[in-house]
Amino acid sequence: MKLVHDPNIPDPDGFYEELIASLRDLDDARAERFQAKLLLVLANHVGDREVLREAIAVARRGL
Amino acid sequence: MLKTYTFPKFEYRPAAARSDGSVERRSVAVIGAGPVGLSTALDLAQRGVPVVVLDDNDTVSVGSRALCYAKRTLEVWDRLGVAQRMVDKGVQWKLGKVFRDRDLVYGFDLLPETGHRMPAMINLQQYYLEEYLVDACLRTGLVELRWKHRVTGLAQTDEQAVLEVETPDGAHRLEADWVVACDGANSDVRRMVGAEFGGQFFQDRFLIADVLMKADFPTERWFWFDPPFHRGQSVLLHREADNVWRIDFQLGWDADPEEEKKPERVIPRIQAMLGPEVEFDLEWVSVYQFACRRIDRFRHGRVLFAGDAAHQVSPFGARGANSGVQDGDNLAWKLQLVLDGAAPASLLDSYHDERAHAADDNLLNSTRSTDFITPKSRASRVLRDAVLELAEHEPFARKLVNSGRLSMPTPYLHSPLNTPDEADFEGGMRPGTNCADAPVLQDGRPAWLLAALPAGFTVLVFGARPPQTEVRAGRVAARIVSVGDDLGDAQGLVARRYDGRPGTVYLIRPDHHVAARWRAFDAARVEAAIARACGH
Repeated sequence: MKLVHDPNIPDPDGFYEELIASLRDLDDARAERFQAKLLLVLANHVGDREVLREAIAVARRGL
Repeated sequence: MLKTYTFPKFEYRPAAARSDGSVERRSVAVIGAGPVGLSTALDLAQRGVPVVVLDDNDTVSVGSRALCYAKRTLEVWDRLGVAQRMVDKGVQWKLGKVFRDRDLVYGFDLLPETGHRMPAMINLQQYYLEEYLVDACLRTGLVELRWKHRVTGLAQTDEQAVLEVETPDGAHRLEADWVVACDGANSDVRRMVGAEFGGQFFQDRFLIADVLMKADFPTERWFWFDPPFHRGQSVLLHREADNVWRIDFQLGWDADPEEEKKPERVIPRIQAMLGPEVEFDLEWVSVYQFACRRIDRFRHGRVLFAGDAAHQVSPFGARGANSGVQDGDNLAWKLQLVLDGAAPASLLDSYHDERAHAADDNLLNSTRSTDFITPKSRASRVLRDAVLELAEHEPFARKLVNSGRLSMPTPYLHSPLNTPDEADFEGGMRPGTNCADAPVLQDGRPAWLLAALPAGFTVLVFGARPPQTEVRAGRVAARIVSVGDDLGDAQGLVARRYDGRPGTVYLIRPDHHVAARWRAFDAARVEAAIARACGH
């Protein structure tokens, strides 16, 4: 288990607000594009294939 | 009829009638006179094996077929003495550019390194290639080309394969020790042996146009995602010989193949791309769909499958003909040793091990490229477009853009023919890898390493040569060649590419792959490695 599961983001409410705010003026298609780009940028920052695999598994839960 | 090329018509000769009713017997029958069948036949002939080639047609390939030939394939053809003519006629290139909309997303260079005899890639229409291979086959005197010979049946015993052959003069039978089936993606022989050919079809169609024009595009591979002249789809542009250009338009699954082939549909697409002032003529137009499939086993008893008959890939990556020629490269020396009684027939199982592994690698790359070019769902298209959008300013995303990963040879790192390393080596020449070329001096004159290697096995020694001239294992001899005594390391590149500090020894297979390597010469170890590489 290399993926961080415990809270790791300082000021979680502030982060969430920032995330939502970045979507506010976007229609659905643009919001989708934004989320895909953000995902790729963050995945590259993580880099570690094991962490990424674990993160994909977490996101797939319940789907 | 093309404006730039006249198709040769090869002479059909009836098979000689046998008055005593006996059946003709050959060592090797190659089925299919395409690039793979002809290359394999040429390789066998140059190793002294007489070959009969059966082809149901009497000319070279018609239409928009294989186009790009990679360095490794050219090195195989150079070993067979035919590469220079192809390089001279073909168009050399190594730069690729990928555009999205109007913008350059990124560019790549296939061969940033010098010191190789063969270029990174050439483009050459398949008909030229086949014509040159036919000429070379005929020059050997050991290849008999039988045009208008269609194989309609095949039976096997432990000792032989028996082919039923149909010709304009009726049917006859032909016995062969071994059959090499190079009869393409729709292989009849594959059906005759009951082989499985499983894989994935892609729900997309592509218009391929070969266009004659004077254009000022550079000699590079250009790929567009969603260009203004063909919205929502991709386009690929390649230069061919004779001022012919290949343009590949993605059409989508709903396109009607018959409608899309009509000039009144094709011409506006090309005009939209080139602008109204550019004059052009259509040489050939067709609509394709792609599949990624592989045969279950490359060897079915006495029948060996090569090229598209064994594996089919999408064209993005130029992995079809290239990997097919590399199949023949792998097979020819093994067949020769088995026919000579110098290796057990089980050596041919390593043909499956090594080339099925390569085919899987090609299929993986081809499938990944096709998944990027033809996203299968809305969500995967969103991700793909996100990669392209980011690639314009984020270097990391350029690595994710996949418009085709161009053909590279797959090393046989896990082959049973390899002798594992006992010492540490730097660089990429691990056992199972195809040998890198490098400039050398031979008799004081500039030459190339691969061209200087003998036809069979080679023991390549760095530094002073041992007293003997060869190492023998059973009926196989490996000639000793010294980098230092026999070949000068003109630019130090042999030593660098092979991590060849003095004393280092490589055992090189007849197909120019590394079988084993050591830090010192030991005849007993070399002998054992030759035996292993021959399937003993």
